[in-house]
Amino acid sequence: MAEKRIVLGNCGVIDPQNIETYLAKGGFKAFIKARDKMKPQGIVEEIKKSGLTGRGGAGFPCGLKWELARNTKAKTKYLICNADEGEVGQFKDKYLLSNDPFTLIEGMLIAGLAIGAQQAYIYLRAEYHSIFNLLAEAVKQAKEKGFLKHTDILVFEGAGAYVCGEESALMNSIEGRRGESRYKPPYPPTSGLWDRPTIINNVETLMNIPHIINNGAAWFSAMGTRRSKGTKVFCVSGDVARPGIYELEIGSSLKELVVDLAGAAGIKAVQVGGSTGSIIPLRMIDTPLSQETCLGSGAVVVLNSDRDIIDIVHNDIRFLHEESCGKCTPCREGTEVMLEILGRLMRGDGEAGDINKLEDLARAMALASLCGLGQAAAVPVLDSLKYFRDEYNDLIDQSLFLRSYLGSESYKSEEVVI
Amino acid sequence: MSAAAKETSSSIANRAELLPALKQELSKNSSLSRTVLASLADKTGIPLNEIYGVSTFYSYLPVVAAGKNIIRVCGCLPCDLKDAQGVIGSIKKELGIEPGQTTADGKFTLEMVGCIGACDQAPAMMINDTLYGNLTPTGIAEILKSFK
Repeated sequence: MAEKRIVLGNCGVIDPQNIETYLAKGGFKAFIKARDKMKPQGIVEEIKKSGLTGRGGAGFPCGLKWELARNTKAKTKYLICNADEGEVGQFKDKYLLSNDPFTLIEGMLIAGLAIGAQQAYIYLRAEYHSIFNLLAEAVKQAKEKGFLKHTDILVFEGAGAYVCGEESALMNSIEGRRGESRYKPPYPPTSGLWDRPTIINNVETLMNIPHIINNGAAWFSAMGTRRSKGTKVFCVSGDVARPGIYELEIGSSLKELVVDLAGAAGIKAVQVGGSTGSIIPLRMIDTPLSQETCLGSGAVVVLNSDRDIIDIVHNDIRFLHEESCGKCTPCREGTEVMLEILGRLMRGDGEAGDINKLEDLARAMALASLCGLGQAAAVPVLDSLKYFRDEYNDLIDQSLFLRSYLGSESYKSEEVVI
Repeated sequence: MSAAAKETSSSIANRAELLPALKQELSKNSSLSRTVLASLADKTGIPLNEIYGVSTFYSYLPVVAAGKNIIRVCGCLPCDLKDAQGVIGSIKKELGIEPGQTTADGKFTLEMVGCIGACDQAPAMMINDTLYGNLTPTGIAEILKSFK
């Protein structure tokens, strides 16, 4: 299978600063169809039938989420586009926003009609400040064309916090609070922003909507696997010849993405889904990319045979430790202890029980953390222990031998390397 | 509208404006001083300690004095694989500061940050709002020169 550019279809084709170029390509046809010819419930049904799932990483069925908000009786409802792309190795939303803001706006307007939201936000991460004006201008042009009568759109800039990509932390951030995750339930479709029903969708999810309305649910659900439909935009980086953005039908193999398209050679492993993503060893390179196996948010980092897996996992956990919001203990303390153990292993201070400690900790964090950050922090640790356990064992054995040989005191360092 | 409802709606308006207001202040000064936070507390009715708590949560709302130019170097996996450490070493040598510090002349603050979404141009950094990608340790001096 070659690349299948649907979400990326307008990128590099239209002028992101000129709505006329988007209209000339059939832009806003789906919105007008949804507004004039479909009932809100009909839009929800169509999205449900399409099988579209969230593209931000969690993969929740989009139509079902919309239905939950649609069915609440509240007068005020909100829609939020999550453009707080903070995942390590991910840059697709930046590319989509800067090349095609209009498809996103159209998708948001259709979502607004479907759930009955009067106000919508695009929550843009602070690191992407350079595209703030482009987005605001695109919204202004859509407004001048009279498309924003049902749902108004405001571009809201974050202030630098990875955890704000988590939906409840994101809402706290818009509310002018610390971006800490909330206890759930209630879930946002029943009680979200300012306790009103709120739908939060990723940029890419919303950009699929106009295509589904134009071409029908059957067209969309013909692509993909049994449980994950459509295409996915991937960001490939790391040890590859051609890092960049590729859109493939869901179910395409990991090999096709990283070897055929991105030109990777001498692969040892691939991390799919960012800092909390699965680590796939070379022997499983034919794994299909889908919700059933691994998909995540689409960040794909390729590691060649020179790379040390423990070093990679240490880097992942260092990032998650830094970005943990600190509200719940399993994540705040768990990432801290994991970092301490991994740092110790790398310094040559590993001990025999360290692997068991990491496994125990990972399981507890996955079960007890408040949000996805702490729950998924365990994934790279457990995957690396599953597929590269020998590397851990060898490192610990070597450290034990060296320390016994040299005398343990000479290897004790005062400073904790983090 | 009842008094309680009125109060809720005004507090909603104030809270929603807090992050934009803090950012507005940062366009005038490179960091948020106690005076600035206190005057915002007066204006919005949100307690000072809470505004301080919000500011310190976010990495783009510095409350300690920062340099005129903030250098944010990404140390996450894709950049790390492409020798981000070498780039950081070169910046440290060039400026004579460690991450988290500001140069004596107040021109630069160096920070290590999470992913900045430029993994296809790794290693990457941002100076203020401008992105610099495909960095090499030897190329750093040239980039910094334009800010000196």
